[in-house]
Amino acid sequence: MAVKTGNSRLSRRAAAEHAPIVAARSAVPHRAASGGAPAVIEFRGVEKRYDVGAVGLDQVTFSIERGDWVFLVGSTGSGKSTVMRLLIKELEPTAGTIRVAGRDLSEIERKRVPYYRRNIGVVFQDFKLLPNRTVYDNVAYALQVTGGGRKEIRAKVPDILRLTGLATKLHNYPDQLSGGEQQRVAIARAFVNHPPLLLADEPTGNLDPETSIGIMQLLYRINRAGTTVLIATHDNAMVDKMRRRVIELSHGRIVRDEATGSYVRDESTREFAARMRGGLADAPPEI
Amino acid sequence: MKLGFFLREATRALRRNAAPSFAALATILLTMLVVGVFIPIVQATTGAANDVRKRVLVDVYLVRGATQADVSRVRETLLQTSGVKRVEFVSKQQAYAQQRAKNPALYALLGSNPLPDTFHVVPANPGDALKIAAALAPEAAGGGTTPIDRAIDKVATGRNDTKKILAVTRFVKLMAGTLALLLIAASVFLIANTIRLSLYARRREVQVMKLVGATDWFIRWPFVIEGIIVGALGTLLAILLLAVGKIAIIDPLASDFTLISAPNTMPFTVLIAVMLVAGIAISAVGSAVSLRRFLRV
Repeated sequence: MAVKTGNSRLSRRAAAEHAPIVAARSAVPHRAASGGAPAVIEFRGVEKRYDVGAVGLDQVTFSIERGDWVFLVGSTGSGKSTVMRLLIKELEPTAGTIRVAGRDLSEIERKRVPYYRRNIGVVFQDFKLLPNRTVYDNVAYALQVTGGGRKEIRAKVPDILRLTGLATKLHNYPDQLSGGEQQRVAIARAFVNHPPLLLADEPTGNLDPETSIGIMQLLYRINRAGTTVLIATHDNAMVDKMRRRVIELSHGRIVRDEATGSYVRDESTREFAARMRGGLADAPPEI
Repeated sequence: MKLGFFLREATRALRRNAAPSFAALATILLTMLVVGVFIPIVQATTGAANDVRKRVLVDVYLVRGATQADVSRVRETLLQTSGVKRVEFVSKQQAYAQQRAKNPALYALLGSNPLPDTFHVVPANPGDALKIAAALAPEAAGGGTTPIDRAIDKVATGRNDTKKILAVTRFVKLMAGTLALLLIAASVFLIANTIRLSLYARRREVQVMKLVGATDWFIRWPFVIEGIIVGALGTLLAILLLAVGKIAIIDPLASDFTLISAPNTMPFTVLIAVMLVAGIAISAVGSAVSLRRFLRV
């Protein structure tokens, strides 16, 4: 699996050629630590102070290995979003170093930031879809940005939309979709380039519990294909059920960083969904 | 292939944002229409003012009975006076012929020729006319003036008229120039502002594009092309209306309306070219520049 190292363009191509997610399902990712590969995300003593004097982050240190699934929790204003925005280089840290796949973000010049961002899929609470484009065109835009040709787009976009359960909504505009569907489009767009890292900032913040489970199921499926997933959320119930690693922030500091309970790595998405519902309801057919 | 993509993006944006696009188009159409009407008016006014200023002359009347030698000596003196562009000599016979042609009955009564030999002195700069007159006939101690040559009888400027003409024409030229500047500044601001507004409505879109990893120019080109299309369309419509107005209203009048056929008005083709270039450039550059703020994500 191609984790971006030096030349972003090369790695982008490598990521693009990487087999579609469905085929890759059997390849269960292993912790990268064994191979000595650099952590996908590494924060070391990161500080972020805003101009107005507010503290965004204070001496935050953590690292996330390849293929991990990590929750970032904390109340509003605790610094979750700051971590996300630092990772996509929308903000610069006041102090400390952030490495993504071994690369120091402060060394990426402004002009190269777009190329860096193509290696990261991002999903937001408010979806951030382009309102004037159809579902198909929204996803296609992520490929067009990287210089993807018509052929590539025609091959990949329907594929990823089928995977996210949007095959019948190709030509709808975002305002004709439900919240859950819009979030699926956002995830499809974030994942169409097969980035090694996916960030989700409150992906289920605007959605009802049942729809949220569907979205988490989709993210789980992406994670199982080897993509590192970092999710910021304040949905504690869901975090508890997932039993994954949780990093809790409070006033810009890490107050907890632990794997909550053990979890089954090779759980199917259906089992996953069943567990998310508390094991009571019958699992619906997979999407 | 890339250009095709940008063009498709631009036309899509125009179609999907019909209202702001139309607002920008209408703004450009109206400002260009006003500019197109005002440029010739300002030019004609300035031209007319300059025409009037050219009529400011210093008349030098020679004494009765000036000899040929006197005439050529005075001509030399006049030509050496600073600020003089050229001199025209009108002999008394020529003057008589001219005046008689204008007023035959009156001159028939006169019998003899009362007119002196005259030099019309054309100043290089109309504003210097009074200075030249003063140089040719400095004020004498008694309050009158003494010409610098004994063959000169009198130096006439029509002092009060000259002063008025100079003051009025200077004011007219200044007003025309100020108006033109204000108009151009207003057009640029108006067009830039309209573009900014339509971009502001789409700033979230730009932000999303940046988050997906689009480079600045990848985002910017469709906007610039959009600006070019809107600018060209608006200006072309304005030109069309101007052409209709010119053919329907001004051309029939031009033959008996001297102001409009003033020699200094720029030809219609040049006016069109200037407007087209300005319209497209302002809206294209305006789009690119206004976008800068929203690209900083």
